[in-house]
Amino acid sequence: MQRREFLKVSALFGASGFMPGLLGGCSPPPLPGTGEVRTTPTVCNICFWQCAATLYTEDGRPWKVVGNPADPHCNGRLCTRGTGGIASYSDPDRLKRPLIRVRQGNTQSFQPVSWDEAFAYIAGKMQTIAERHGRDRIALFSHGDGGGHFRRMLQAFGSHAYAHPSFAQCRGPREMAFGLTFGEGVGSPDRTDMADSRCIVLIGSHIGENLHNGQVQTLTQALERGATLITVDPRFSVPASKSRYWLPIKPGTDTALLLAWMNVLINEELYDKDYVAKYCSGFEQLAEHVQPYNPEWAYLETGLEAAQIRATAHAMAEAAPATLVHPGRHVTWYGDDTQRCRAIAILNALLGSWGRPGGFYAQEKVALPEFPAPVPAKPKQDWKAEVQTRFPLVSTGISNVMVDASTGPDAFFKGWFVYATNLTTTLPAVREQLERAAQSLELVVVVDTMPAEITGYADVVLPECTYLERFDDLRNKAERTPTLALRMPAFKPSFDSKPAWWIAKGLAEKLGLGQYFPWQDYREVLDWQLKQVGSSLAEMEQTGVKTFPRKTPVYFAAGETITFKTPSGRIELYSQTLADTGHDPLPRYVPPQRPPAGYFHLNYGRAAAHTFGRTINNPLLFELMPENTVWVHPAAAGQLGVSNGEYVRLQNPDGVQSNRIRVRVTQRIRPDSVFLVHGFGHSEARLRLAFGAGADDAALMHNVKIDPIMGGTGMRASFVTLVRGAA
Amino acid sequence: MVEEVLVTARFNAKVDPSLTIWSWEIAVYLFLGGLTAGIMCFAAWSLLAGKEKQLPFAHDRFALWAPIVLSVGMTTLFLDLEHKLYVFRFYTGFQPASPMSWGAWILVLVYPLMVLQVLSTLRRGYPALADWIEKIAFGAGLLDSCERWRRPIAWWVIPLAVGLGIYTGVLLSALSARPFWNSGVLGPLFLVSGLSTASALAIIGAGKSSEKHFFARTDLTLIGVELMLIALFLINLGTGTEQQLAAVHMVMGGTYTVPFWVWFVLPGLLIPLVLEAFELRGIRGFAMIAPLLVLYGGFMLRYLTVELGQLSRWTEYGIQFDPQLLMRLTP
Amino acid sequence: MITYAMVIDTRTCIGCGDCVVACKNENGVPAGLNRDWVVEETRGEYPHLSTEFRSERCNHCSHATCVTNCPTGASHYWKDTNIVLVAAEKCTGCKACIAACPYDARLIMHPDGYIDKCTFCHHRVDQGLDPACVSSCPTHCMYFGVLDDADSLVSRLLRTRDYKALLVETGNKPNVYYLV
Repeated sequence: MQRREFLKVSALFGASGFMPGLLGGCSPPPLPGTGEVRTTPTVCNICFWQCAATLYTEDGRPWKVVGNPADPHCNGRLCTRGTGGIASYSDPDRLKRPLIRVRQGNTQSFQPVSWDEAFAYIAGKMQTIAERHGRDRIALFSHGDGGGHFRRMLQAFGSHAYAHPSFAQCRGPREMAFGLTFGEGVGSPDRTDMADSRCIVLIGSHIGENLHNGQVQTLTQALERGATLITVDPRFSVPASKSRYWLPIKPGTDTALLLAWMNVLINEELYDKDYVAKYCSGFEQLAEHVQPYNPEWAYLETGLEAAQIRATAHAMAEAAPATLVHPGRHVTWYGDDTQRCRAIAILNALLGSWGRPGGFYAQEKVALPEFPAPVPAKPKQDWKAEVQTRFPLVSTGISNVMVDASTGPDAFFKGWFVYATNLTTTLPAVREQLERAAQSLELVVVVDTMPAEITGYADVVLPECTYLERFDDLRNKAERTPTLALRMPAFKPSFDSKPAWWIAKGLAEKLGLGQYFPWQDYREVLDWQLKQVGSSLAEMEQTGVKTFPRKTPVYFAAGETITFKTPSGRIELYSQTLADTGHDPLPRYVPPQRPPAGYFHLNYGRAAAHTFGRTINNPLLFELMPENTVWVHPAAAGQLGVSNGEYVRLQNPDGVQSNRIRVRVTQRIRPDSVFLVHGFGHSEARLRLAFGAGADDAALMHNVKIDPIMGGTGMRASFVTLVRGAA
Repeated sequence: MVEEVLVTARFNAKVDPSLTIWSWEIAVYLFLGGLTAGIMCFAAWSLLAGKEKQLPFAHDRFALWAPIVLSVGMTTLFLDLEHKLYVFRFYTGFQPASPMSWGAWILVLVYPLMVLQVLSTLRRGYPALADWIEKIAFGAGLLDSCERWRRPIAWWVIPLAVGLGIYTGVLLSALSARPFWNSGVLGPLFLVSGLSTASALAIIGAGKSSEKHFFARTDLTLIGVELMLIALFLINLGTGTEQQLAAVHMVMGGTYTVPFWVWFVLPGLLIPLVLEAFELRGIRGFAMIAPLLVLYGGFMLRYLTVELGQLSRWTEYGIQFDPQLLMRLTP
Repeated sequence: MITYAMVIDTRTCIGCGDCVVACKNENGVPAGLNRDWVVEETRGEYPHLSTEFRSERCNHCSHATCVTNCPTGASHYWKDTNIVLVAAEKCTGCKACIAACPYDARLIMHPDGYIDKCTFCHHRVDQGLDPACVSSCPTHCMYFGVLDDADSLVSRLLRTRDYKALLVETGNKPNVYYLV
């Protein structure tokens, strides 16, 4: 920090303060909350944990947003981003009105249009695509709470292809792996019973930097109750700093550690024998499979002392079954991710934690009926058979595969709807591909609240209002306590922005599909649904949250016979399904590539202040963390000749350079790795705060590893070096 | 190894990364306040000691400079206030624990006394001005009274002026949160510097060479004392807390070593010391240079002290983010 | 005299900064100013490390040098407590209190020019509520209460846990405690 730089800032704030200081401030400022205060229930939309909250206004102006104490997602406490969410409403850079791309000669520009013009344009293009190629050629990418409306509209039209990047770029491998092993996925909110865990193992998972509220709260409760925390991470992360054991593992060798742990549990007979005998299949194959993988072998791969591997295995066994080997959340790392997550699932099975207190509980949601409306017809042909043939086990859309199927003249997809997801940084190193897709696609519609980079590829940009200005579907998640939560508008939509339900309905009407949206206002749908479960919109507008009694048990009863939703009805340690589809039935360790000389493993992660790239421009959160830094170990910094606070650029072996980024020299990282927080380095100048601040990790990923089982993008196999001279 | 960094970007204007709350305005005020104290002392002393023949300038004319100099200082002080309309609040009460409140009230007492001191010397020093005052109602009577009471006035001036001179240092040294200021030597040091700069001003103002000589001799002594006090000040900090050691290191090998020794001590104290010694031994040619350097040194002492105090702090947190980015938040 | 104290558990604090955002919302702190902040302190060398997070603010010292140095009485104790407030209408903006605070916890309110700081949310304390930062903390690592009451949660925590306060050597008698 140069003193001089700061002076400029001081001068700026100082100068702006001079004249009013001379003249103003004649009465003391009123105390907060002395004006007319009104409250509105909402559900936070700053991440996907969806905490119920209460928005306060004072004299009609936004004041604050706080957690709803009745909501089990947050217990009355929002996280940093949720608290800052209120500023998303007043962000001056929001999308304000519908835009259509106009081409005049060589120049292109966005022209503001009315909603009706925008709908007419989109409907016309969709009809053309249907006539030329078929009605099933439009893909939906969605990562927002209003996505269901667009899905309905497109299904009614005849296009069923749909992907949420939280599968192929995030949670997909663990959902696949746990599904293959236990017959059920982990879900969101994660079914981890951490508050009661006596031992928690985090593998590359940084709860506390990743602020999923319930995860953070239950992990804290476990720590307060004296649980043993074991963190496996190349970086001394926030949870690592709270851990009894920190295992600074060599990047990419987690499966070796997991196999060694299984080796210890099995060979020292520390696994839950009754549980395995009663519920699991394939134990013999597993026991034989892990024989070569003893801690001494793992030491050579992972760099972790054999004694430490044994000690942590013993700690896990001691606390079992209240031992949670956390499945992680963003787990698309090295392309063998489903197999690594399988190893985690198997380890949990050996410890007997699935279905047990302190391990994984069973989820339940409210049986909420659908509003009576025509159901779009099933397509004659499944689009997945055309597009996702390589991944027969995957039942949802794989976003990167769908992007692949959208480029070139023979591409399957001819139109895109992109709702609330900035594909440019969500998918690794995807810009070039997006540019090609934009050439061959006949229609790209982007619906968002902010001018994210993806809007630059759009033919039509539709401005959605923020979560504080709209109704959305009731929050009804499979979780510990069945709960409904209401999001309702606290403000009228600013500018010419509209809620997702209104946009989808309007477009459907333009397409002659209005019968699929048989209501005038979404309040009707919500009220009807709530009345079916003994509540009403009027009640929810007061309380915001309603919990319902459970109908199913939370844990397995002692000695209970369970039929798992797997082909064998048992927990499948050995997966015949994988064997049948040509994959390893038991997780096999694949050594990762090591960085070339002078390069470092590119590690990325989260910061408490931001949700990926989507909050960087939020004024309150930008102020908290306006840019990311690249963490470098002092030895590496010495070798590179970079110093703390210096701006550098990151460069991958293909020569791709990042935006400039500040160096943070710290002991908190392995000397062979660098780390930066994902989501920065925006290239869209209309995001006036975020533009050009910090570096984007996704653009540097030159070595994306596709998971052969679930098709996701492994993003941790890339390398970078630091280039000086980026003042 | 310890790494202490701010996780959330904190960039409070004029506070981070180090204080910049006070700048030249306060340095000028402290300098001129000390100078005023010196002027008043010399004017009062020359009267009490009956030096009207030997030191006619100090005896008759010097006092008028005090209110002028102080008023300039008060103006810069006012310029520094962030909430200027409320300046009157200094005088709606007295806060006995606050040196600044003491200072505010000392100034209230000093100003009228200073005016009386001026009036008591006006007929001798500035007859034209005196004529003008005599034209105002009660003007002549006022001048008569002041002249009659000039000795008691002078007796009152000396303790108040000394108080003013010391206060300019105590103001800073009472701010114990700034390690560089946290020394009791600062009060006497600023007083002596005030006297020294007033002597220098007298050298410039005096007409008679014998008076110039007198003040050069006085100044020589005062500079010697000032150097001693600076040494004591540095020793005082250097034998103090960890934070004071870090503070004194700034001028003893740290980034402010050159400014302190080369820009202040050398030209502001040592060179005038030598020049004035030459002057007294009859080596001429530097008549005006030495006193100007002393005045420069007096200002530099305040300026560097104000600056260094703000650079020294109890907590030092690393800042990870570029504060320039935060300027984007202002429309 | 009532002594209010804040007790923050560094063992569960994750340095998320929610306290900072909650404060900005609750008190309408203008862009570019902060009444509280989070510090990360890492000791040791890889791989033998410890990291502590501290949410910091005005310590509402029982012997507050900012109050003693204020020339107008604008810096004052609220009612008969240790909560240090600034009366905007008495403040000249002389900045002596900024210089007097060893924690650098004060700021100049722009555009009005008076000095501002953490108030322990006395407007909430008056209603029996915790300060905004305390009541927003997702890890529940912050506690607030009366130190003179031996049965208060803050008193019990300080009796049963190891703790520290910042810069006690200044003699300011700070009232924000950190459980270690």
